[in-house]
Amino acid sequence: MEDMIFYDRLQFAFTITFHYLFPQLTMGLSLIIVYFKWQYLRKKVEKFNDAAKFFMKIFAINFTMGVVTGIPMEFQFGTNWAKFSELTGGIIGQTLAMEGTFSFFLESSFLALFIFGEKLMGQKLHFLTGFLVFLGSWASGYLILATNAWMQHPVGYEILENGTFVLENFSALFSNPWLFPAFLHNQAASVVTSSFVVASIGAFYILNNRDVEYGKLFLKTGVVIGLVSSLLVAFPTGDWNAKNVAKYQPAAFAAMEGIFETEHAGSEIVLIGQPNMVEKKLDNKIAVPNVLSFLTYGRWDAQIQGMDQFEEDVLPDNVPALYYSYHIMVGLGTIFIGVMGLAVLFLLLGKLYKIKSLLWGIMFLFPFPYIANITGWYVAELGRQPWLVYGLLRTSDGVSPTVSSGNTLFTLIGFVGLYILLGLLFLVLVGKTIHQGPKPQIH
Amino acid sequence: MEVFWYIIIATVLAIFFILDGYDFGAGIIHLFFAKTEKDKVVIAKSAGLFWDSNEVWLVAGGGLLFMAFPIFYASVFSGFYLPLIIVLWLIVFRAIGLEFRGQFDFQMWKDIWDKAFGVSSLLLALFFGIALGNVVRGVNLGSTSNGVSLHEGHYFFLPLWDSSFSPLSDTPGVIDWFTLIIGVITVVALAIHGANWVILKTESSINTKLKSVIFNLNITLTALTILSLVVWLKINPEAMDNFYDKPYFGIFPLIYFIGVGGLFFVKKFKKDVYPFILSTLVILGGITATLASIFPVILPSTNDINESLTIYNTATSDYGLSVAVYWGIIGFTLLIFYFIIQKRLLGGKIDHMDYGH
Repeated sequence: MEDMIFYDRLQFAFTITFHYLFPQLTMGLSLIIVYFKWQYLRKKVEKFNDAAKFFMKIFAINFTMGVVTGIPMEFQFGTNWAKFSELTGGIIGQTLAMEGTFSFFLESSFLALFIFGEKLMGQKLHFLTGFLVFLGSWASGYLILATNAWMQHPVGYEILENGTFVLENFSALFSNPWLFPAFLHNQAASVVTSSFVVASIGAFYILNNRDVEYGKLFLKTGVVIGLVSSLLVAFPTGDWNAKNVAKYQPAAFAAMEGIFETEHAGSEIVLIGQPNMVEKKLDNKIAVPNVLSFLTYGRWDAQIQGMDQFEEDVLPDNVPALYYSYHIMVGLGTIFIGVMGLAVLFLLLGKLYKIKSLLWGIMFLFPFPYIANITGWYVAELGRQPWLVYGLLRTSDGVSPTVSSGNTLFTLIGFVGLYILLGLLFLVLVGKTIHQGPKPQIH
Repeated sequence: MEVFWYIIIATVLAIFFILDGYDFGAGIIHLFFAKTEKDKVVIAKSAGLFWDSNEVWLVAGGGLLFMAFPIFYASVFSGFYLPLIIVLWLIVFRAIGLEFRGQFDFQMWKDIWDKAFGVSSLLLALFFGIALGNVVRGVNLGSTSNGVSLHEGHYFFLPLWDSSFSPLSDTPGVIDWFTLIIGVITVVALAIHGANWVILKTESSINTKLKSVIFNLNITLTALTILSLVVWLKINPEAMDNFYDKPYFGIFPLIYFIGVGGLFFVKKFKKDVYPFILSTLVILGGITATLASIFPVILPSTNDINESLTIYNTATSDYGLSVAVYWGIIGFTLLIFYFIIQKRLLGGKIDHMDYGH
């Protein structure tokens, strides 16, 4: 049984990690595209319109990738996690079906109109189609987060005698206290990814001394939105989420913060250290006393439960991975604020476009928000272990009863091979679009 | 309530097969009939511009199935594990073919991705048909062996094939000669549908020739349909009972045969849209007639121990089904609205359409 779960989990982790490379860009990018289009309507300067259309091309490539890697996500609930689907489909089926109905149709219909319909519709309607694409992609994020929030902190359900969860209160799914902070945190983080990509492409054009006017526009927009969104990710949204984890999933909180032992006079915050699961301590630890207690409860001496307070079978099953994911996310988030703060400072001083080293730094920074976003999701998902539905349904009880691990490994290998090909395609397409540049093509 | 959601989901899936069906069909036509570069480009484009918005219907259908009939969803998706994952791979691979093709102006490159697009379209049509065949034939629910169920009665696992390749086997696989016939019927029907789409949306040089192709394929389709019905009635004499009990179900096969019959006049129509409507009827009628023949069962059991899955024993709670009606009405109203806007703005031939124009 253990082996079976391992490949099922690995396959889900792999396919969802790959899938989430794309939506995290499209959600944030759609907002930036709406901003460019709006600037064009206000100022009637062509470069804003070109920018909106250029990034919509990149959006479209990412959207396509999101669709083809998203279909397997939905199918895998049934194929690999059949028992989970059977027991909870009456609840999470609602939010997933709503995602299909409300957001994908909106996104795909108006994306086509935005790309092909500018001349037919006129500028105001063109702006509206862009706005509807944005609305569709954020609705999608909202409904997926609502699904995940229910798994993290189940509400509005009733459990029947045979173990099936049935819906008792539909609106509770949307007033879930887990949902709102998680949604805002996730969306802000997605804006970080897209603004860093926009800034990176801008820096690329400036450093190559081509399309410099566009480069400056992208860089300026990217760093300003990048700074704002990086700040929002940390405070207040990140703070809210950490408090939610401490409140609803104390075992996960202890593990992600690396608190092995309960300290009665207030917990330290760990900056660096490696979890040693044999001796139950952190090796090479650097920590600041009492800060974690203050950040979590607003009191320096508040007690935080350490991992010693929990039975083995309710602690996350991979503490080191959870701990590292969390620390990588937080560490990168802090660096983002620093770099973007510096960039905005030089922008205000009017020197940003001339400082080559900073431009190089910004250009190569774009992969890191992807890492921060992905590790952020690892924190949520590893922290939820060993549960699928927190406190109620164990991961080991959700797997498909009839699918053997041999079959799962076979399909996992297939997905890896296919996604490598897909990744290459993606790089070629985006590379080509950037190479062609934001200037309107003349036919 | 169960019946209501069953109809909605069947409709969404039928729309998916009608819409994605034409781009699968375009892929099949592309594979066998497109010879010049110009034709290859426009036929690939007639699929390439629309496939992703068409596949959104699959996502919607899957989500609704998950919501309304979770036990069925869990049972079928895990039971048909391998064929489903292979379908997913083909969907991804086809997308790669379509999107990669135009990236480099190099003959061998284009040939490779043309084949990828064509072959995966063909295989997808075949697999979807085989899936439909499996739903009619039924599976060994509970994986029974010598009168004992190895799993809960609503779970099963089907290998891709069983060495006998026979639907009469105690442990039939996904592919047997019966499901294969249904698969081939689907390929032929979608090829006709795709050819109609190509004629409707493009000015390819093979449009006239495609009309003869449609005519010939339609003869094949008629012959195979009759063959499959005869064979299936031989194996399962009660197969048509639903149509005797509820004569109004006869509307579904009627839709199918109106479509097939009408397509024999493909060369006579003045407007390209008429044959496309007829092949739409073929797909709509084919799917609905198949589902109606086993209603309210949605997956028959081939053993006597575990009962067949029906819309009643696989549905979620009444509360869940009713609350979804409210958002469903809003959602589908919006959907029809988007569809009308899109068709009004982006109708017509696609030969000269390109990103940014």
